[in-house]
Amino acid sequence: MNDKKWIVLGLVVFFAIVLFPVWYNRGKAAPAPEVWLSDTAKAAETCVKPLEDIRRNHMHLLDQWRDTVSREGKRVFVAWNDKEYYPGLTTTCLGCHEDKAKFCDRCHNYASVSPYCWDCHINPKEMNYGKK
Amino acid sequence: MNVHYIFPFLVVCVMFLISYFLSEAATGFKYLFGVVIPYLAILTFVAGVTYRMMNWAKSAVPFRIPTTAGQQKSLPWIKPNQFDNPSSKFGVLVRMLLEILVFRSLFRNTKFRMSEDAQSSYEMEKWLWLGALVFHWAFLVTLVRHLRFFTEPVPQALMLLESLDGFMQVMLPGLMLSGVALLAAATYLFLRRIFLPQVKYISLSSDYFPLFLIIGIAASGILMRYVPDLKIDVTAAKELSMGLVTLRPTIPEGVDGIFFVHVFMVSALLAYFPFSKLMHLGGIFLSPTRNTTTNTREARHVNPWNYPVKVHTYDEYEDDFREKMIEAGLPVEKE
Repeated sequence: MNDKKWIVLGLVVFFAIVLFPVWYNRGKAAPAPEVWLSDTAKAAETCVKPLEDIRRNHMHLLDQWRDTVSREGKRVFVAWNDKEYYPGLTTTCLGCHEDKAKFCDRCHNYASVSPYCWDCHINPKEMNYGKK
Repeated sequence: MNVHYIFPFLVVCVMFLISYFLSEAATGFKYLFGVVIPYLAILTFVAGVTYRMMNWAKSAVPFRIPTTAGQQKSLPWIKPNQFDNPSSKFGVLVRMLLEILVFRSLFRNTKFRMSEDAQSSYEMEKWLWLGALVFHWAFLVTLVRHLRFFTEPVPQALMLLESLDGFMQVMLPGLMLSGVALLAAATYLFLRRIFLPQVKYISLSSDYFPLFLIIGIAASGILMRYVPDLKIDVTAAKELSMGLVTLRPTIPEGVDGIFFVHVFMVSALLAYFPFSKLMHLGGIFLSPTRNTTTNTREARHVNPWNYPVKVHTYDEYEDDFREKMIEAGLPVEKE
């Protein structure tokens, strides 16, 4: 009977929670980050997979590489355009895409993905940190 | 075979086909499924939930109608059960929290059985409670996890939740436990309705439809996260969802097919929500059997819309007719 004010209050709180993203972002545009390509990558022209494929499925390829390299000992990856690559994150991927912060992290941060690649792998650029 | 589940199943299948093939066919349809329908759905959700709740708010709850499962507070030497039959506001709060967070009523679920020598017995039956608990909590975690697509920058607490959800670190992209739990629990709740004859008997299309939708949502989400050939570009997906919540809708390159199925089904669930049994989300807070104190003996509850009744007492009656009564020889109280 006289609980209307509590029900209205509850509804207001509920919608505030439901519409959290609207007031959290305050209408600020958040486009996806540009993909940064190093000069080496631009010079190479092609990746180990076609562009659309590597964008969507790179994590599966890395997963596959881990298994084929460390379990089956296959150290050659024949790509879609018959080029041969050494299947390795640090050597091949980061060989071209030299800057992890610019190339990997931008999109990963945007999508809030924290891959556990870096639990084991070292970003070659970061190796200098210890020598200082 | 039973029309109650065949029909909603076909509806969900048709929804899948329509949204998949139309969004593949033309960009205009991507705009329809990615922008127009989601906006309409959220508007329907907000307006519909408000309407239903305010409609319930109008209902009269003059008296306490608790369903009790414990001793009410009465005489000082009888021990009351203060959470199952609370006489204080605090007790009600605890009962409501137990009900909303851990589904205490379902925990009491029993199974009736008649033995061969006609002895009846009630047995413990916790599977419904367990299935419901897993289902609801997994759904909540999945929902909260999806805020990563709707916030920029993503709050720290959300990343913590994500790392907890994916702590097993199997597969790449990492397996999220809540998604799997959600699909498994929804499937269990569906199979339960199919295989238990008593439950099947009381199940209607409106019970199956949300289950199929949720199974469809969970399955499409899992497909586009884990299956290589169905995967979408996740940054593009976030660009789309960020466009929606910042009111700058865009359809970026790299989202297709299965993504629009997912969004369409979520939109359908949102729009269907206020008009269905899913309103138990709000209804549970307004259950008089759960949210009222059981002080029916302690306090006098007067019907609040009792209007003042005009009474004519015997004294007044006698005042009106005293002389006539005396004339007729009737006894009077005052001479």
